[in-house]
Amino acid sequence: MLRMLRHSFVALTLIAGPVMAADEIGDAERGAELYKECKSCHQVGAGAKNRVGPQLNGIFGRQAASMEKFRYSKSLKRAGNDGLIWDLEKLSAYIENPKAFASDTRMNYKGMKRVGDRNDLLAFLRVYSDNPQDIPEAQPTARALSHDIDPTILTIVGDPEYGEYLSSECLTCHRADGTTEGIPSITLWPEEDFVVAMHAYKRKLRPHPVMQMLAGRLNNEEIAALAAYFSLLEE
Amino acid sequence: MKLNRRLFLGTAAAATASLSAPMVMGGSHSRPRVVVIGGGAGGATAARYINKDSKGEIDVTLIEPTRRYYTCFFSNLYLGGFREMESLGHGYGSMASQGVNVVHDWAVGIDRDAKTVALAGGGSVPYDKLILSPGIDFMDGAVPGWSLASQNAMPHAYKAGSQTELLKAQIAAMPQGGTFALVAPPNPFRCPPGPYERISMVAHNLKANNPTAKILVLDPKPKFSKQALFEEGWANHYDGMIERIGPDFGGDAVEVRPDAMEVVVDGEVEKVDVCNVIPAMKAGRVCDMAEVTDGRWAPVNAADMSSKMDDSIHILGDASAQGDMPKSGFSANSQAKVCAMAVRGALTDSKVFPAKFSNTCWSLIDTDDGIKVGATYEATDEKIAKVDGFISKTGEDADLRRATYEESVGWYSGITADMMG
Ligand SMILES: Cc1cc2nc3c(=O)[nH]c(=O)nc-3n(C[C@H](O)[C@H](O)[C@H](O)COP(=O)(O)OP(=O)(O)OC[C@H]3O[C@@H](n4cnc5c(N)ncnc54)[C@H](O)[C@@H]3O)c2cc1C
Repeated sequence: MLRMLRHSFVALTLIAGPVMAADEIGDAERGAELYKECKSCHQVGAGAKNRVGPQLNGIFGRQAASMEKFRYSKSLKRAGNDGLIWDLEKLSAYIENPKAFASDTRMNYKGMKRVGDRNDLLAFLRVYSDNPQDIPEAQPTARALSHDIDPTILTIVGDPEYGEYLSSECLTCHRADGTTEGIPSITLWPEEDFVVAMHAYKRKLRPHPVMQMLAGRLNNEEIAALAAYFSLLEE
Repeated sequence: MKLNRRLFLGTAAAATASLSAPMVMGGSHSRPRVVVIGGGAGGATAARYINKDSKGEIDVTLIEPTRRYYTCFFSNLYLGGFREMESLGHGYGSMASQGVNVVHDWAVGIDRDAKTVALAGGGSVPYDKLILSPGIDFMDGAVPGWSLASQNAMPHAYKAGSQTELLKAQIAAMPQGGTFALVAPPNPFRCPPGPYERISMVAHNLKANNPTAKILVLDPKPKFSKQALFEEGWANHYDGMIERIGPDFGGDAVEVRPDAMEVVVDGEVEKVDVCNVIPAMKAGRVCDMAEVTDGRWAPVNAADMSSKMDDSIHILGDASAQGDMPKSGFSANSQAKVCAMAVRGALTDSKVFPAKFSNTCWSLIDTDDGIKVGATYEATDEKIAKVDGFISKTGEDADLRRATYEESVGWYSGITADMMG
């Protein structure tokens, strides 16, 4: 009950005054901890780039699906065209249940159920919405994944045609249209993230046994070919 | 029909633009023809991939008698109450709209010299490459006392649909404390963990509705797929409900009496309330018609799934004898992609890459208790050979088991979309 009240209070003040400081939203420090869940896909902070998900600097006040060069789902694009601006209330609703908010969203996240958690997380993100370049941490808070693979592997140019054939093995489980249900989407992953992830499976750093097995027999060229193919796949 | 329409279009076009007519006609005559028999895990995938990847260069016909394919995979979950039958049915409309000619009929004869397939409804279909993926049929006399004529009294439910519904209805009608018997098949057979997942799902159903009922498993095999995992799960969830009699106690010498609802094990007569007989299997009959079988199955070359007896014919899925892969929907789907690439390469000179195969079989033991086994394979001169594999471990924690189950649900959506488009 209390939580509910606070939540509606927050929403109300937001309508009254569009800009809220982070400390009015929640506990940004705790939010930084919660943000770890988001890090495998999103970057925020100085130098943040789009990865599997768009970078989150300036997300407050940004029009939905408005980052150039990022391929959004149809529903988020539609929402953006319809004038959706990300504010506390909208972000909170989206994070609570991404698929309920945007049914075909590519954000593979089950949702953050507790409003207190969402407020803390958003307090953290709010910090990066004013002047991200002024924020002391020089490094973005999230690099997709550790890059301890041989850098030459990342320079291999994949053959998408070979990737198309190899991909048929992935598509038995991973849906080409990006739908997720028990199995994450790999459609439109940035090539580098794809390569890093596959090598992490190959070296058994990532735990999933099916993926370890399948990645285990792919050579560097084959992984590059798959990455090239999935980064280009049309819906 | 198609030809007529094209001719008509060609002529109509000729009236306005005389150059276009001969091109249209020439194109339709020279397109190579692939005929696929059986629209299941192997056949549907092959038809869809060849059609999709050849971008209209190959004329693909799929012959399948049923309008809706009910998957065997997840049909055990229907028995357990985790799925509705309707959710297991998949139509061919999407594939047809993408350009596959879907013919709902039985193939009743194959003339390998003339390269034609005869249809039950009359007429024949010519092919350049023929793909057979008819699944399995049962061996006559495999279980003494049982024949296809007894499938209403003692269902096999090993082809999904009305048989599965019948078995579920029989389970619901069991008297309290009654006995459900399952006669397991000898190797090799469709879906090695299938009978044991079925036992788990029947036990789940009975535990809720008929908790004093007993399950009697009569098994000709000393060992079975994922045995340690299933046995651990049965002890955890269904303690005391399941009794398995292996070959050392007569599980390999079972006779059934469908009229009396009795099973005879090692000379002893046992009265049962439901009897699920899963007989020994062989390649779907159409493989015999094509004369591509050697014994029970149709041997193939691993690199492209072509028949060892006729290189214009490819055999996929359960019907093929290919080496190390288990007979599963996942395997059939994987083989179909290798075959589709090879057939396309042979007919249109598209690039052919080295064959890679894989399989994973998930099974559900109880609510949120999923397990899996899988392997990767490659083609050698001799067979499809296993490269590497894994299996769930006993004693895994509940979160991992739930994630495994959720993954299987995702796989089901994935593979059916991959097959049917
Ligand atoms: C209870 C059970 C559970 C299973 N669970 C799993 C699982 O979890 N995972 C998994 O991967 N596999 C599972 N399987 C195995 C899987 O169903 C089969 O291995 C798979 O369907 C084989 O594909 P197929 O193409 O060879 O044959 P099928 O999928 O059986 O398709 C054959 C098709 O050919 C058609 N046909 C046959 N004869 C003719 C003819 N003369 N003319 C025209 N059409 C014809 C049939 O109508 C049928 O549609 C399970 C099987 C059972 C029985």
